[in-house]
Amino acid sequence: MRNLIISPSPHIHGRENTRRIMADVLIALSPAMLVSVWFFGLSAIKLILVGAVTCAGAEYLIQKHILRRESSVSDLSAVVTGVLLALNLPPSAPWWVMFIGALIAIGVAKMTFGGLGQNIFNPALVGRVFLLVSFPVIMTDWSVPQGLFGGSVDALSGATPLSMVKEGIASGLTVEQILAQNPDLSYGQMLFARVGGSAGEVSALALIAGFIYLLIRRVIKPTIPAVILGTVFVVSGIFWLSDASRFTDPVFNLLTGGVLLGSVFMATDYVTSPMSTSGQIVYAAGIGLLTVLIRFFGSYPEGMSFAILIMNATVPLLNKYMRPKRFGGNK
Amino acid sequence: MSKTFRMGGVHPNDRKISNDCAIEVFPLPRRAYISMAQHLGAPATPAVNVGDKVKTGQLIGTPSGFMSANVHSSVSGTVAAVEPVADLAGNKVMSIVIDVEGDEWMPEIDRTPDIVREITLDGPAIISRIKDCGVVGLGGASFPTHIKLSPPPGKTADCLIINGAECEPYLTSDYRIMMERPEEIVLGAVIMMKALNVTRGYIGIEDNKPAAIESMRNAASGYPGIEVVVLRKKYPQGGEKQLINAVTGRSVPSMGLPIDTGAVVQNAATALAVYEAVQKNKPLIDNTITVTGQCLPESHNWLVRVGTPYSEILGAPDGIPENAAKIISGGPMMGKAVANINAPTVKANGALLLLTEEQTRRMKSSNCIRCGKCVDACPMGLEPYLLNKLSGAGKMDELEEHNVYDCIECGCCMFTCPAGIPLLDHIRQAKGEVIRIMRSRPKK
Amino acid sequence: MSDTLLFTVLTMAVLGLLLAVVLYFVAKKFRVEEDPRIDEVESVMPGANCGGCGFAGCRAFAENAVMSETLDGIFCPVGGNAVMKKVAEKLGREVQEKAPMVAVVRCNGTCENRPRTSIYDGCASCKVENALYCGDTGCRYGCLGNGDCERACPFGAIRVNPATGLPEVDENLCTACGNCVKACPKGIIELRTKGPKNRRMYVSCMNREKGGVARKACSAACIGCRKCEKVCPFGAITVEDNLSYIDFTKCRLCRKCFDECPTHAIRAVNFPPRPAKSAAAPAPQTAAEAVEKPGLPKAEPSTPEKKEEQK
Repeated sequence: MRNLIISPSPHIHGRENTRRIMADVLIALSPAMLVSVWFFGLSAIKLILVGAVTCAGAEYLIQKHILRRESSVSDLSAVVTGVLLALNLPPSAPWWVMFIGALIAIGVAKMTFGGLGQNIFNPALVGRVFLLVSFPVIMTDWSVPQGLFGGSVDALSGATPLSMVKEGIASGLTVEQILAQNPDLSYGQMLFARVGGSAGEVSALALIAGFIYLLIRRVIKPTIPAVILGTVFVVSGIFWLSDASRFTDPVFNLLTGGVLLGSVFMATDYVTSPMSTSGQIVYAAGIGLLTVLIRFFGSYPEGMSFAILIMNATVPLLNKYMRPKRFGGNK
Repeated sequence: MSKTFRMGGVHPNDRKISNDCAIEVFPLPRRAYISMAQHLGAPATPAVNVGDKVKTGQLIGTPSGFMSANVHSSVSGTVAAVEPVADLAGNKVMSIVIDVEGDEWMPEIDRTPDIVREITLDGPAIISRIKDCGVVGLGGASFPTHIKLSPPPGKTADCLIINGAECEPYLTSDYRIMMERPEEIVLGAVIMMKALNVTRGYIGIEDNKPAAIESMRNAASGYPGIEVVVLRKKYPQGGEKQLINAVTGRSVPSMGLPIDTGAVVQNAATALAVYEAVQKNKPLIDNTITVTGQCLPESHNWLVRVGTPYSEILGAPDGIPENAAKIISGGPMMGKAVANINAPTVKANGALLLLTEEQTRRMKSSNCIRCGKCVDACPMGLEPYLLNKLSGAGKMDELEEHNVYDCIECGCCMFTCPAGIPLLDHIRQAKGEVIRIMRSRPKK
Repeated sequence: MSDTLLFTVLTMAVLGLLLAVVLYFVAKKFRVEEDPRIDEVESVMPGANCGGCGFAGCRAFAENAVMSETLDGIFCPVGGNAVMKKVAEKLGREVQEKAPMVAVVRCNGTCENRPRTSIYDGCASCKVENALYCGDTGCRYGCLGNGDCERACPFGAIRVNPATGLPEVDENLCTACGNCVKACPKGIIELRTKGPKNRRMYVSCMNREKGGVARKACSAACIGCRKCEKVCPFGAITVEDNLSYIDFTKCRLCRKCFDECPTHAIRAVNFPPRPAKSAAAPAPQTAAEAVEKPGLPKAEPSTPEKKEEQK
């Protein structure tokens, strides 16, 4: 008889592993990827490919040659970072911007902290914010490249709804006037990807499909996205009720910008979100609040990236002080 | 509506392959190796010498302390040796080796299949009979039953819970006895309720066993005060603290005992053993063992005498399939891997499970991705990822601060960890050390 | 413009001055009086903070050395006699010289000598494996090879050799702090005197089973045959529970036991290879270790004895 395997219990393992989870995230992102390819054509494909390949390549080379340890590229986490970053860039961004962003995301935000699981900030967002402050013109150029099969180019306006509103208010218009001037800014069009924006945020519906997939596969729990969306809705609603001419309405705020992309795919990043449910609620509420405040009072039209990064920094504290409830109560 | 415990838990595939295999009597072993350490606490002291003739059911080991239990011979024959024998982990345990000759039982044992319904003994007499018959908890921990039925001074029980959850995958021995001997289990519960002086009894069964629920409901219908509670299929539903929580809604306090909630939990197989001890005067000398695994051509539920070597039950070496890579005594979540297949069965053995390499081999562990799945899965509300980290750093005071001693070693954290980190290995180790440190501290 | 500049500079200067004054008084007020000798003693310590002395680091050692009456029982294994001399000088006390020690691993259970009987699949920790079962070989006493000692060593002096599955001690790095001794759940590692010219002998086995059982589990196990006990001219060897032990305070390194041992359970470290006899059948470990130290001066086999006697 052959030698038996001996180990402590448990002797079986669930089906989950890191690679499977990352693959599920990629699958969940695929509707958004498809929509961006439909509207932005080759340039979207180019961005996604450059992002995925650069991130994976950077991780492999850093682990192999600098850290000299076994490479963990096969867990697909670097690919997810690359795709997320690509979906966060304006579709017209040149490939080298994507390349630099990917290097920053993996090299600076992930590997310097020790790789997967050690980083404090979401790598894709660090990459995006780095690009946003380094190449502000490219990063806010929402001109629309040629779509695949001549996808409805005309319907896509050249600016994001948020920036239109921001500029409009700066030039002294009220929200109603801005919306009246831009008939494209209806909820229906936002749901079905007819507004300008980064590759991944143009279609709310595609993102919601991904969200549902992640929930079914139990990759994420609904807590964080639900609390973020709820907070954005409530906080922007309060402002809107106080002064509808200066502040946009809550539904507008939910459907525009990276709120959906950020709350479903970025804020739920395992590594940079709290462990306990109570911590997750505080974290998500913080993101929602900061997003609305930055949108309404900050100089950037969009606040999601900054809000998530700021709340990422609080995660170690939240993990320390927001403990899960223990069975049998505290001592 | 099925009840369940309030936090954590996982859903392993239940794979009850041997559900429909009726209990069969396993032939007597050629030689029985009866361990003196079949219960939690001090090992029993051998009460026979080499060359003595013993009968089935004869007392051969006496308790050597408060927390200890009687051991009886499960066979009749001649004592061949009183010596340390390797247990399933390969560690030597004082045992009595008996060469089996025929099957002559002690005359006072009632071996008829008739169900004795009238309970003549009073409470203290029941407890002393249970003690005499060496009954221990058959759920896995082998806690001496008579001690559990005698709440410490100042604490009183108000209900008895019979654990028929059998939440571990593969195991079916409790299911089979609930199907085949339901009334005896109910009578065992009634006896224990009398000993505890309580009027309420619950039988908790997971909702993946509708036939057992039906069978136990029918059996319990004639006994007032006993109610079958349907539990949701979720591991570790059969954990003592989880079961109390699911059935009564109460929570055993941290560092506390189940009796602090007024509940006493006994396994279904223990209830059957109690019935046999009290009504039939039969010591605990045999138990139902599920022998299963997808790699086996057929699974069985055997009624096996205590002290039968595993190798005989499995029909080793031919009976062990070539692709069986691990033999587990117990379930796949909390059972012990068998290193020595010649080890004998003990009272609390419930199963022998054979797993293939693909089913059981641990995956290579990678970085913690801080997904928090272990935190969500922990039925005790602990933070396994943190305990694991602290254990690695040897921070005993912080481990204590984070209640490592509350860990019930159910394995949910490790089962669910996508990075394949051996969380429980480290936490179990740290728990042992922390409890040792806490015990060595002077009492306030 | 210049006003702004002036104002800024002035503000900073005043602020700096104020804070400096505050700092000065706070430092005065909360000053902790300490024996200055503690700092002095600490300055000569190796600073490894390994805990080998039994105190929580070098600072704690220094405090204890200063507070206690004598230096008896206080010894820094890392710094050895040289550091203890300095400590004694600083404190004006006497210190007894101690023979330098080194950790030895008392197990011969290489993959060749001791076949595996099961596959351990738990986490790489000897403590965990030891708590789980008897180990993945037939020997219940032998090394488990998961490297708890390696992780416990603050000096990188003990490493598990993947080829043999056994830890090996680098005697140049080992300071005999004893961390590995505490870490080993099987109690295999022992601190022994380094010996003259780093030559030492020990029984490299902990198996207390009867001869046949031990031999079956490991071909290089001590079988308790007592041949070594009989042949030892100095009464340094005792056999208890089927296991031989060489008392290093009595051993004179004559190597008679080494020649006698039928299973090569006894190891002789750092001896030069013998010209005729041992070349034919050298114990594999000895050969390996002798090769490792080619720079050792060749000496007559009897010299260590003589030197010992001269002392």
